[in-house]
Amino acid sequence: MRYAETGYNLEIDLSRGNIERVETDPRDTELYLGGLGTNAKILWDRVPPETEPFSPNNLLIFSTGLLVGTPATGANRTIVTTYSPQTLLMGYSMMGGFWAPELKYAGYDKVIFRGKSSNLIYVWINNDKVEIRDASHLRGKGAIETAELIRQELKEPNAQVAAIGLAGENRVYMASIEQGRSSASRLGLGAVMGDKGIKAIAVRGTKDINLARPAEFVELCNEVLKYIKFRNENPILNVMTILQGLGSPQEMLHTDEKWHTENFMWGNARVRRKDFWNKEVEQKWKETQEMVRTRLISCYNCPMKCGAIISVPGLSTYMMKCFSKLTYAMAAFVDDLDFGFRIAQRATEYGVDGFSTPQIMAFAFELKEAAILTDADFEGCPSDNEGKFYWLLDRIVRREGIGDILANGSYWAAKQIGKGAEEYAHNNIKKHEQLPLKLGMLNPVYFLMYATGEKANITQIEGNFPQAPFSAMEERQEFVKDWIQVPDEKFKQYFLDWEMRGERSNPYYPTVDMSVDIVEWQEMMHYIDDALGVCAGLSSFPYKPPYHIHNYPRFISSATGFDMDEEGLKKVYRRNRNLVRAINVRRGLRRADEKPPEDHWKKRFPELEEKLLDAYYKFKGWNNDGIPTKETLHELGMDYIAEDFLERGILTNNEGTPGKEVSA
Amino acid sequence: MGEKKKKIVKTIKIDLDKCNGCRACEVVCSAFHATPKYSSNNPARSRIRVIRDPLRDVYLPVYAGEYTKAECTGRDKYVMDGKEYDECDFCRASCPSRDAFKEPDSGLPLKCDMCEDDPPQEKPLCVQWCLNDALTYEEREEEVEEEVKPEDVEIGLESMVAKYGLQKVIDTIARISKKE
Repeated sequence: MRYAETGYNLEIDLSRGNIERVETDPRDTELYLGGLGTNAKILWDRVPPETEPFSPNNLLIFSTGLLVGTPATGANRTIVTTYSPQTLLMGYSMMGGFWAPELKYAGYDKVIFRGKSSNLIYVWINNDKVEIRDASHLRGKGAIETAELIRQELKEPNAQVAAIGLAGENRVYMASIEQGRSSASRLGLGAVMGDKGIKAIAVRGTKDINLARPAEFVELCNEVLKYIKFRNENPILNVMTILQGLGSPQEMLHTDEKWHTENFMWGNARVRRKDFWNKEVEQKWKETQEMVRTRLISCYNCPMKCGAIISVPGLSTYMMKCFSKLTYAMAAFVDDLDFGFRIAQRATEYGVDGFSTPQIMAFAFELKEAAILTDADFEGCPSDNEGKFYWLLDRIVRREGIGDILANGSYWAAKQIGKGAEEYAHNNIKKHEQLPLKLGMLNPVYFLMYATGEKANITQIEGNFPQAPFSAMEERQEFVKDWIQVPDEKFKQYFLDWEMRGERSNPYYPTVDMSVDIVEWQEMMHYIDDALGVCAGLSSFPYKPPYHIHNYPRFISSATGFDMDEEGLKKVYRRNRNLVRAINVRRGLRRADEKPPEDHWKKRFPELEEKLLDAYYKFKGWNNDGIPTKETLHELGMDYIAEDFLERGILTNNEGTPGKEVSA
Repeated sequence: MGEKKKKIVKTIKIDLDKCNGCRACEVVCSAFHATPKYSSNNPARSRIRVIRDPLRDVYLPVYAGEYTKAECTGRDKYVMDGKEYDECDFCRASCPSRDAFKEPDSGLPLKCDMCEDDPPQEKPLCVQWCLNDALTYEEREEEVEEEVKPEDVEIGLESMVAKYGLQKVIDTIARISKKE
């Protein structure tokens, strides 16, 4: 018997209409756990690096994590993996909600799509019965609307549905996959789903998930619940409200947006409005939010309430989380939160990424102002800030006129537009739009996370170590007192010694080596979460989470029955980290690509930044171009990667000399 | 007349407004009732179900009660606080009209047992795992009459006689009394 996992993947070839249930190799679970880890292994093994994202040979993998479907709190994530049309690198984005557990109960760990369907279809997975069904009647329907229609059509109110909207159907690079209150938004996964002709995947499962050592496992779950309760009652002081508790930033609960509105940039990630927040705005925004927010809601098996049901008068109900209530309003320079909720409703039904999309629109209007785009490009566009954003959103998801160019994201759009437009696509890393955050002094830890993060999204890389020093020593001492999550005691000292000003402050403190250590810890937790399917909101993202490197090995071993200790888990992490890196190296990723936006910090330190990257690569066992070395790969039992690198000339037998260039 | 007795009744108070719809109650219920305990989990086996319809803001945890062979006629709608509920949603019965509260493989009915355990649990597991306090455990003392009133039996028999005839009822009672 397989424990924690089902031991089966569903392989669906859309070109041939073939469906198979395939047993997986338990050895892969021990080496890579599941979720992101085994997705990456499949991508490495089966999709050659020359494959275009929109090729029928590209795979689109929907995976559960190893602990999904077990009683482990917050283990509910779906990890979607493919080659991204936006970055051309490995795209993996995740969503919470209820879909992944349902898939596990249906008897599958993953659904792997290959090929393309010639007409729009949806897939209905009902335990052992799997059907490819016609979806032509769902063409153009909203993502949430589609899920509802499918549930009604199947007469299965308990089916969980992941769907794309119009944006995915039209292969818009910012297209998301929507599911309940969650979405896999980044890196254009919805576009690949649309390209394959999949409108939705509906799942219903009523089978068991087994545990190897149940009593021990449930005891661990109880400890986690107890700790969550403790943390809910004991928010962390000295940090901004949204970082005090667990979960994703509690944007649906809190209405105080002073921090975001005054510190994040408006428009095309350029304008800071330091005096935006006042009593009047505060009152008005609070009223707006409380009026449209019907209920705070959670994902599967999680006591947190990071999401909300949003009912804006006159619009169909949708669900929201995190801070997309602000992204459109701020990009459009609209001071009314009501607009944020209204346009997000339309954007959610269209199925687009709430981070990139508003920025691309703001980028377009900047180009218009700079006369790089012309009035002809915007024929029929209203002149008011709200109206013009709705107008452009409609054009983008339909790929009409200028919308067709913008639908490829600001990086590719700027290239196509030319005439200096590249200067305006200023907030990208690895061709992908980033949070509209512009700061003063370089933070060495954040420099590394932005530069090297494979996820190309800071919130999926940052985490357990505070973003900034605390001013008073007593506050720091208080913070480290019960900091049980640290992988090593040295992190407490790093934090205690970290000052706001002077010698021990940014950018030279944390020192280069400390910065590398800190980043390693943050990355490790995210990679483990993404393999287990546990929400970052209970583990890698907030301060002092219930899951950490000390209790995870026991969770894994009591769930699966195989031996796992901290050293073993760290090795799995390193294996997964190197595997994801190797896939991207094979797609052309090199050191030159690893840089935060020029203007992310006002004060930059080129020499220090080079040292940071050097040290990070060295620590990882990579060469100076960010490529895992033969020795590193050998140590992790991944000679198959080294051999491939040698064959392709990415590595040479002469260690230290970089291999030939491959362009992304 | 029957004797009046004091009895501790175990109850769960369900606050629909506090439910965040996470279904942790279903998870732990199915795990607790697995054999061996916690060895597997499967919400489809749970003796509590969250009737969930997020877009209509319906979040309704309901517990499995008695098994019934026949479905009832209850197909009415209740509108409460602007929200529409099916009459069925509130029903605890394991009944032919729906697949709730039945073992998914055998179809055998499920019933909430308040997590009977040895040593006893402090509270049912669903309550323990509901950190949002949508479910709270309450013990109530109630006065109950233990014996059945003979008049009730007479009323029941009369209606049986009216339906099947006196001879059939007598034959049946004779047959049942032989078995016992």
